[in-house]
Amino acid sequence: MALILELAVQGAQMMLVLLLAPLLTGFVRKVKARLLRRQGPPLIQPYRDLLRLMRKEVVLADNASWLFRVIPYLIFAATWVAAALVPTFATGLKFSWTADLIAIVALLGSARFFLALAAMDVGTSFGGIGASREVMIASLAEPAMLLIVFSLALVAGATQLSTVAAFMGSPQVGLRVSLGMSLIALVMVAIAENARVPVDNPATHLELTMIHEAMVLEYSGRHLAMIDFAAFLKLLLYVSLISCVFVPWGLVTAGAGPWSYVLGVVFYICKLAASGVLLALFETAIAKMRVFRVPDFLGAALMLALLGTLLLFVSRSL
Amino acid sequence: MISDAAVLLWGVASLLGTAVLAIALSRTPGSGTRLVYGLTLGISATALLVLAGRMLEAPVTPSTAVLPVGLPWVGAHFRLDALSTFFLVVINFGGAMASLYGLGYGSHEPSPHRVLPFFPAFLAGMNLVVLADDAFTFLLSWEFMSLSSWALVIVHHRERENARAGYIYLVMASFGTLALLLAFGLLSGPGGNYTFEAMRAAGPTPLVATFVLALMLLGAGSKAGLVPLHVWLPLAHPAAPSHVSALMSGVMTKVAVYGFIRVVFDLLGEPTWWSSTIVLFFGGLTAVLGILYALMEKDLKRLLAYSTIENIGVIFVSLGLALAFKANAMPSAAALALTAALFHALNHSFFKSLLFFGAGAVLTATGERDMEKLGGLIHRMPQTSFVFLVGCVAISSLPPFNGFVSEWLAFQAVLQSPDLPQWGLKVMVPAVGGLLALSAALAAACFVKAFGITFLGRPRTSAVEHAHEADRYSLAAMFILAALCLLAGILPGFVIDGLSPVTLSLIGSRMPVQMAQPWLSIVPIAESRSSYNGLLVFVFIAISASAAVYVIHRFASHALRRGPAWGCGFADAVPGSQYTGVSFAQPIRRVFGAFVFRATESVEMPAPGETGPARFNLQIHDVIWETLYLPIGKALDFATDHLNHLQFLTIRRYLTLVFLFLIVLLLVLALWP
Repeated sequence: MALILELAVQGAQMMLVLLLAPLLTGFVRKVKARLLRRQGPPLIQPYRDLLRLMRKEVVLADNASWLFRVIPYLIFAATWVAAALVPTFATGLKFSWTADLIAIVALLGSARFFLALAAMDVGTSFGGIGASREVMIASLAEPAMLLIVFSLALVAGATQLSTVAAFMGSPQVGLRVSLGMSLIALVMVAIAENARVPVDNPATHLELTMIHEAMVLEYSGRHLAMIDFAAFLKLLLYVSLISCVFVPWGLVTAGAGPWSYVLGVVFYICKLAASGVLLALFETAIAKMRVFRVPDFLGAALMLALLGTLLLFVSRSL
Repeated sequence: MISDAAVLLWGVASLLGTAVLAIALSRTPGSGTRLVYGLTLGISATALLVLAGRMLEAPVTPSTAVLPVGLPWVGAHFRLDALSTFFLVVINFGGAMASLYGLGYGSHEPSPHRVLPFFPAFLAGMNLVVLADDAFTFLLSWEFMSLSSWALVIVHHRERENARAGYIYLVMASFGTLALLLAFGLLSGPGGNYTFEAMRAAGPTPLVATFVLALMLLGAGSKAGLVPLHVWLPLAHPAAPSHVSALMSGVMTKVAVYGFIRVVFDLLGEPTWWSSTIVLFFGGLTAVLGILYALMEKDLKRLLAYSTIENIGVIFVSLGLALAFKANAMPSAAALALTAALFHALNHSFFKSLLFFGAGAVLTATGERDMEKLGGLIHRMPQTSFVFLVGCVAISSLPPFNGFVSEWLAFQAVLQSPDLPQWGLKVMVPAVGGLLALSAALAAACFVKAFGITFLGRPRTSAVEHAHEADRYSLAAMFILAALCLLAGILPGFVIDGLSPVTLSLIGSRMPVQMAQPWLSIVPIAESRSSYNGLLVFVFIAISASAAVYVIHRFASHALRRGPAWGCGFADAVPGSQYTGVSFAQPIRRVFGAFVFRATESVEMPAPGETGPARFNLQIHDVIWETLYLPIGKALDFATDHLNHLQFLTIRRYLTLVFLFLIVLLLVLALWP
């Protein structure tokens, strides 16, 4: 019985991330539009877009290979698994130990690897430009992310997200300079990884200025729906990650009563809403930067993360 | 009852016999090729069976054998312990796969009589190095291995590049052996104790140990490809036939790693903590520079050779960590780091052999190694491209494949560093961890490029249009390796437990038993700290991908239409307008290249009104070659030019020189304390 309950909670988390991911993106779009005094699309527009794409026929380039048709499902699956392994409303789920933070980051790396390959499959210049810029960004974002993981592991003594979240929620953490630096670095990495302004513009349709959109230019119909869905999930994943590590309040621990689970979900949705507003504010306030400014942006994230790690070596209490 | 070591020596003897047979068979190339590779396949497979039996029984006592050859008062000693068993598995498995691949690939060889005798000899040499238990046998086998592989490098010696590669390889191999000779000379001491047992018992002084470590980094490091001793590797490995390239990159570099571990972890006794900083420094440097060089490369096989350098760097970083933990009496952390190193060595032998086999299949099918002339091969060679893709994902250390597991173990070892007492290590280890992460991310970029440019896109030349799928032997070898890449990734507990006798014998500790963990996950220290379950990750991905496919095919539209690719209104019908490898690497070159390669780009625009083309110039410098090797070469030229005068002296002057030298020698003897 206990096993069934645990599996049910795990399954609920998997479905929850799936259901909430398009909503979060829709919410960010709505807030951004309101900040620009536009009406903006309704909140459920991303769901409608997904359904519309699924109903459309796929237009495949003449020389697209089997890999091009397999990759959308692979990307979706890898991102979904990664998103479901990050604690959202509860810690210590049945399969939370399947992958620690390093493995979750690497799973996203797998998804990106395949997306970059898909971009090169048709053999147009847009795919190539998108893929080459994406791997350049990843080659800087991944080390920064790993140094952030080091900092967290130094503070919490673990890379297991449930343990990290439990430790961060305990009173022995306090305010630390190193954690502040890690937070800023993590936000910068998250912005770059999710192709948000100022690194990339999710709304652009001018091919030469975009990265993520250039890679998926050849996709259409159900394939594009899968890739879009994966992008929604990735945004949700990073927001969940930041909130479970740095705002760990309201997380349900294993073995709590049913009401606390409901409360946990409510807390989680509030955190998502707050992060969405912050992201929209940030994106509205800043302009997109040139591609070759991005290394400086990510270099700053890398330095902050390294500095945070070194501070922790100087003193474990900083 | 014949001992296991003796059985393996018989295997070596039969490999040498096969080499002699191959000389005799050189007049009948067709059947000779199949016979030789069949024999090497059989011998390697038998050796693997013997070794597997040993690993399953887990015997405590090493198996030894002494032959009455070699130095008269020493003889040739051979020993099979946990460490050599592991490396023999790597060697003989690599050998078996290369032989299987060679059964098909060998028939395309234009000059088989130059390959067949040396291939079994090369395998025999590598086996002997790992079996050797005294310095003389070790060095002799090492040199035999180097020379037989050199003969394979210059198989196609009429190509200028290959002749140059062979020459540089020969110089660097001699240099490496010289360093090893000096290292063993220091270890054996004035008494001349050439057996490893005596060296182990003697226990060198700290000063001697430092020199030996430095010499081992030079000797084993030059064979493994540590930066800055790597220059021969990207020239020599690609020059050989592809299955030999796979052996050299996937297996021979591991023999070098074995030599380093044998001396530094086994013979030297307790290490000092700062010696680990040297290993860590060169490991991190090698990892990042190796993969950056690979990214700039457009020759597919040379790209793979540079990526070997990166992986050697990763292995040496883990070895450096193991040394640091061992010096500070942290045995469980040291066991974790050493396991990561050995696991990565095994993984690298799998995926690098696979990738070189794939590159060989591409070379046979198209006659091209230059990626800029390939493209679109996924349509022509679907099976090869599938296994090559598996190799690319595995080497980019992405889950759920095997490369990720060893990389993950290395990161877990890095995370143990706060417990180290020395400040130098405390600051250095996280920085090296950052370099490790950087090299992993760059490796992913590099293999997106390798696969994307070679197999995806549109064919860039007509060579691709007539490409055909590889033969069934080659495909069998590649599919076995691809399956192992996945298996080692989803069931890493088997490998980690299999490595425990090695860490027990070298460090006296082991990682916790992994196969007893629930759901077969791997837990280096404690589940609350970190754990990874490749099997479940794989199953979850499979389930969610199938669920997505099911939902889509049940509810979504099935319509599909083929059409031309979108070109913004400009139909770029010319395949040359695609992204090339050089342009793919351009963003990364702009970030790292100015510093590492002194890369400069310039665009020459025609004057307004002229109709000439604009030209893009790119200059990349191999800084290590230009600042380290060319000056040495120039200095040598200068010295030999000037010493040439000594050849034309009169007899009186020669006698004076001899007399002076004698006096100097006597003075040294008199003044020596």
